[in-house]
Amino acid sequence: MANNDPPKKLLLQGNEAIVEGALAAGCRFFAGYPITPASEISEMMSVRLPRQDGTFIQMEDEIASMGAVVGASLAGVKSMTATSGPGFSLMQENLGFACITETPCVIVNVMRGGPSTGLPTSPAQGDVMQARWGTHGDHPVIVLAVSSVGDCFDITIHAFNLSEKYRVPVIILSDEVVAHTREILALPAGDKIEVIDRIRPSTPPEWYIPYEENSRGVPPMAAMGEGYRHHVTGLIHDQRGFPTQKPKETEAFMKRLFRKITHGFYEIQMTKSIMMEDAEVAVIAYGSVARSAQRAVMQARQQNIKAGLLQLITMFPFPKNAVDTALRQCRSVLVPEMNIGQISREVKRANTSDCRVLKYNRIDGQIITPTEIFTELKDM
Amino acid sequence: MKEDRYEIRLSGSGGQGIILAAVILAEAVGIADNKYVCQTQSYGPEARGGKSKAEVVISERPIDYPKAMKLDLLLAMNQASCDAYFYDFKPNGLLLVDSTFVEQIPTSRSVAIPFTQIAREKLGKEIVANMVALGAVGQLCPMVSVSNLEKALVARAPKGTKELNRKALREGIKAAKKFNLHALPRSISPEEEEEI
Amino acid sequence: MPNNATRLPHDYLRHDKKFPHVWCPGCGNGIVLGSLIRAIDNIGLEKDEIVMASGIGCSGRLPVYVDFNTLHTTHGRALTFATGIKLAKPSLKVIAVMGDGDATAIGGNHFIHAARRNLDLTAIIINNQIFGMTGGQYSPTTPYGCKASTALYGNIEHAFSIAELAVTAGASYVARSSVFHAKLLDKIIAQGIQRRGFSVIVAMSNCHVQYGRRNQMGSPVIMMEWLRDHAVRIEKAGDLPAKDLQDKFTIGVLADVDKPDYIEEYQKIRERAKEG
Repeated sequence: MANNDPPKKLLLQGNEAIVEGALAAGCRFFAGYPITPASEISEMMSVRLPRQDGTFIQMEDEIASMGAVVGASLAGVKSMTATSGPGFSLMQENLGFACITETPCVIVNVMRGGPSTGLPTSPAQGDVMQARWGTHGDHPVIVLAVSSVGDCFDITIHAFNLSEKYRVPVIILSDEVVAHTREILALPAGDKIEVIDRIRPSTPPEWYIPYEENSRGVPPMAAMGEGYRHHVTGLIHDQRGFPTQKPKETEAFMKRLFRKITHGFYEIQMTKSIMMEDAEVAVIAYGSVARSAQRAVMQARQQNIKAGLLQLITMFPFPKNAVDTALRQCRSVLVPEMNIGQISREVKRANTSDCRVLKYNRIDGQIITPTEIFTELKDM
Repeated sequence: MKEDRYEIRLSGSGGQGIILAAVILAEAVGIADNKYVCQTQSYGPEARGGKSKAEVVISERPIDYPKAMKLDLLLAMNQASCDAYFYDFKPNGLLLVDSTFVEQIPTSRSVAIPFTQIAREKLGKEIVANMVALGAVGQLCPMVSVSNLEKALVARAPKGTKELNRKALREGIKAAKKFNLHALPRSISPEEEEEI
Repeated sequence: MPNNATRLPHDYLRHDKKFPHVWCPGCGNGIVLGSLIRAIDNIGLEKDEIVMASGIGCSGRLPVYVDFNTLHTTHGRALTFATGIKLAKPSLKVIAVMGDGDATAIGGNHFIHAARRNLDLTAIIINNQIFGMTGGQYSPTTPYGCKASTALYGNIEHAFSIAELAVTAGASYVARSSVFHAKLLDKIIAQGIQRRGFSVIVAMSNCHVQYGRRNQMGSPVIMMEWLRDHAVRIEKAGDLPAKDLQDKFTIGVLADVDKPDYIEEYQKIRERAKEG
């Protein structure tokens, strides 16, 4: 075959578009373990990566997958894994290791009904808080949500770029509906895609201080085997990477981990507004439910209800400013979710105005329909 | 609400190639016809049992909700799927059944074609009944061009089966051409309810 | 030789790292680290070529003292990280150092699968038959009947034999020595690093503080004597009656099979994938 590149316009499932996005972003290592409804990502990676001199490996479990992903990234290769709830739970341990060692990597969680084995083939959004706080200890993390095939491609590229730029693991939350919906993806040419790589040290090895403070709070990252020998540990470490228990060093390290993300809020916190200009009532939604919400908002507009949609693309760090603006503008806001109310709590926490924050929840493994949201909107 | 989407559901038993037919339909519409399209399917245990369904939503505009809400066209390849998936049918929708297996037809706005029998007798292989049905869907659905459908089918079909599949599609188109949709009742609802 | 033996480690230790180390006086970990340094020096590897990964426990602290690319990972997971590193950059020599609890309790699944997969890694397992750092709880290699802080009435579980487990799981090179038999340890570590495929080196070691104290072996000297008296050269083991081998462990090379490693196999996958 002369050219292994796929044709430009493709009918793809969400899971497949995530693979296209990852490859376009420069991902060349994938480690995973079979799980419904994320397995298509592994399957496609196993076909595509070896063609690009990348590596796919099926590990013995999700703990191992996450370890291998961090290892590959430490060796300088952009890496990713994909899973669903039960596997995501197992990944938390080494996800924390990625946080404390500031190792870029992307974790896709195609959400299904939980807890435990739950509803393997049904959509849910029950892992939102786990994505934020799943691993133990205070830690920064970026969580993004996808709602369409186009998103799966674009947001995956964003995820890699943010991960590389801020040296932080990025979690992509998808769900069974997004994962298995096929839509047309127009693949942009490679040179039209902005790809960000981690900053490598520019100093000679003998001057390299692996976790040195700088204005961005993101130290340059040397790959193993390039002369910049240093120590990487899951213990709290000083600027040289060696374990420390000194309160001052500990605090400085922890604060830098958070500060680097805070400094990036302007570009990390992504939202999409639809008909929000003059909205008096609004829906705040994410993932596949945002699509139901969009239709409900259209239906409401046709009945002269001034409704709008604020779609969260970034879940965490929680886009407080955008949410606050919507809350100040509207008399009431509806937060529909396929869980018992995880983001609605964050919205309520952000609310300092008179706006009423209402929840609408389904925990039966079914997507929330436009009609359900529209019915709620009519009474707001 | 003004209609901005056309919704198709293909259904039958697992193993009849329902999902493949939906994928080809979606590719024809989305890639060759340049329309917006969302294709979804039943996923999980249901896909392996007696009933299998796949949906294709077509629009000139970006599609928000990806699943079918009110069907414009339902294909039922057996009685079980006809009974199970007829519930959200539009009053002016069209039901297309494989009359080889479907005997009880729940609406007068229907077209009955023996897809499996055609596949067996004219093509020598029952397995291509799905492509015969897809030809009929293409012929009866105003959103799809049959020539693009054929292109998409040929691109998808495995080597060595392309000609067989093409013939099957054409048999379906031919069979559907015999029906005059204008001869059917406009709607199965009384006039006053139609606008709701 | 003695001069060189004491001098050599300083060429490999990190001089910007604050010493002393965390280990108790008389700990076998230092002997294993010395062996590893001598093996690497004998082979003539560059420091930049070497990645040393560890898990959690006393063994987990080995990498921090040496001037390689070093990685101190989570409990039991050293091999998973090592797998990612090796696959991402096959030119690196990746050595994982683990303890017995680390490698065969919490990391047991990773260990057998790494052996089965036969990726070119070197696993050094320091077996002191106890969870030392956490205070002497019984591990999967604590002998039946012995005491531990969670087995004050005696251990009723039976011990894994790590090297035999590795052979069965498919590792291409498996050898065992002890911290008393340091010269043999030097040799098998060097062989393990040089062999393609997954190599397992088991170093029987002493934890007189957490294991010995509770089992009438409360000093490093007594434990060293125990190691000396309970090791049987594998070449001689075949000639001995079974009763003489009870409570003994063999030392030497248990498996040495030359077979393609995972990366060689994966290269074939890449070629097949590109053919379409």
